[in-house]
Amino acid sequence: MNGSLRDEALKDLGPQVLGVLVRRGADFASAEDAVQEALLEAVRRWDVAGAADDDGTGVPADPKGWLVTVAWRKFVDARRSASSRAQREIRVTLEPPAGPTEQADDTLLLLSRCCHPALTPASSVALTLRAVGGLTTAQIARAFLVPEATMAQRISRAKRTVTGERFEQPGDVHAVLRVLYLIFNEGFTGRSGADDGVDLAAEGVRLARQLVAAVPDDAEAAGLLALMLLHHARRDARTSPSGEPVPLDRQDRSRWDTATIAEGVALLQGALARDRLGPYQAQAAIVALHDDAATAEETDWSQILEWYDELVRLEPRNPVVALNRAVAVGHVDGPLAGLRLVEALDADLPRRDAAAAYLHEQAGNLGEAGRLYAVAADAATSTAERTHLTKQAGRVRQLSEG
Amino acid sequence: MAKYLLLKHYRGIPEPVPGTDVPMDRWTPDEVTEHMAFMGRMIDDLKERGEFVDAQALSPRGAFVRYDGAGKAPVTDGPFAETKDLIAGWMAIDVESQERAYEAAAHLSSAPGPGGRALHEWIEVRPFLTDNSEVTG
Repeated sequence: MNGSLRDEALKDLGPQVLGVLVRRGADFASAEDAVQEALLEAVRRWDVAGAADDDGTGVPADPKGWLVTVAWRKFVDARRSASSRAQREIRVTLEPPAGPTEQADDTLLLLSRCCHPALTPASSVALTLRAVGGLTTAQIARAFLVPEATMAQRISRAKRTVTGERFEQPGDVHAVLRVLYLIFNEGFTGRSGADDGVDLAAEGVRLARQLVAAVPDDAEAAGLLALMLLHHARRDARTSPSGEPVPLDRQDRSRWDTATIAEGVALLQGALARDRLGPYQAQAAIVALHDDAATAEETDWSQILEWYDELVRLEPRNPVVALNRAVAVGHVDGPLAGLRLVEALDADLPRRDAAAAYLHEQAGNLGEAGRLYAVAADAATSTAERTHLTKQAGRVRQLSEG
Repeated sequence: MAKYLLLKHYRGIPEPVPGTDVPMDRWTPDEVTEHMAFMGRMIDDLKERGEFVDAQALSPRGAFVRYDGAGKAPVTDGPFAETKDLIAGWMAIDVESQERAYEAAAHLSSAPGPGGRALHEWIEVRPFLTDNSEVTG
């Protein structure tokens, strides 16, 4: 096995092995240490091309089984020496009988542990990427633009937190959904991620696929994966050659990935057929309707508005949903109808001014639109958003003055 | 998580709390040592919490520089003894909330000064613009 193939395989196997150990009752932090040691040993021993040779090097026939055995031994050894240090006997040394590994259960158990409610969202994100995603601490640190030592500390604090929380049953799938969506969202950027080797959006999709495999009957898990895929399909069109974000209505739709859209739509249809609607499915339905339009003008805003009505029903106190719905109302019933709804929302709501500016522009109030775009640019939280809104302000002001 | 810059100013900030604006060069050596040790402990604490990004002190002796046309040497101006706003240094942190950023800034502001009393120094807190734009539409 060549080095990069081996590393790819180990990246996938590490979390699976960790899941087995945790399911066997190992505490999280010790299990992770043991898996890391086993992976290092694998790197040392599997470094020979071709099959196993006489002295036992080379890739074993069952790499996962090999890793589980080695990691469990390391865990037991560590527990033994820890317990002898503490001058007491701990009977964890009996290896459970080998059986078929229940990969799906393990994945869910690991994910729900990494997304435990005792953790902050950022800690869950980091721990999930480390323990389930198999990324290195250095990769995660680079992706979040913090020093590696800071990320290492964040992950080890998170591990300490969940180590104290013993639970045998997988926790709330919804907490996992939220963390996976955060990961995807972090990667939803103009940068492809190719420059630093970590593509968080792709990681989010990969983890969501694992989750869906673990809970095939969960409509919202499928809804989340569909939502990610339907967004992900547009990624090539979302950035201009110079790296600037291109808004939805000006994207070259021929560059959308139709195979990914088809997969997302099929997943969504399967989820909706279960008749357990949730916010991720409703959002996926909205994105699917956008993806379905051959041009921005052909967008079926009436259907989109119906889905926003569902979303409002599901999340009546979510102001972001209310704001997005107001924009949809602007498309269906006219910009002034949308504006009335926007103006009823909290003045501090992020992007409220941007939405109002857009609707004023549609209504022909270019002066007010220009003013509000500038106000919105000032309050933007990302460089891309700020640049986009600044340009909108300049464009509308030129129109109104020229 | 969101990144914030905690800016310490030599001057150019809101009115200092009365009695806390003695320049550092009039403190006793021990008071300076205590102040610096506090900064070190704060950085260690941020590191331990997984929130530390960067910390940097700046010399007050800087200059303003600008382009003066192709092929020409840059124009410099300053340093200005009377510049209203002068940045002393910063800490960059990556934290869960604005509330936590303010808490860290308040802690920085509690650094000891003359007589070991808290300085109550004004700290300017500025959010970073992020790299990613959230999913919409």
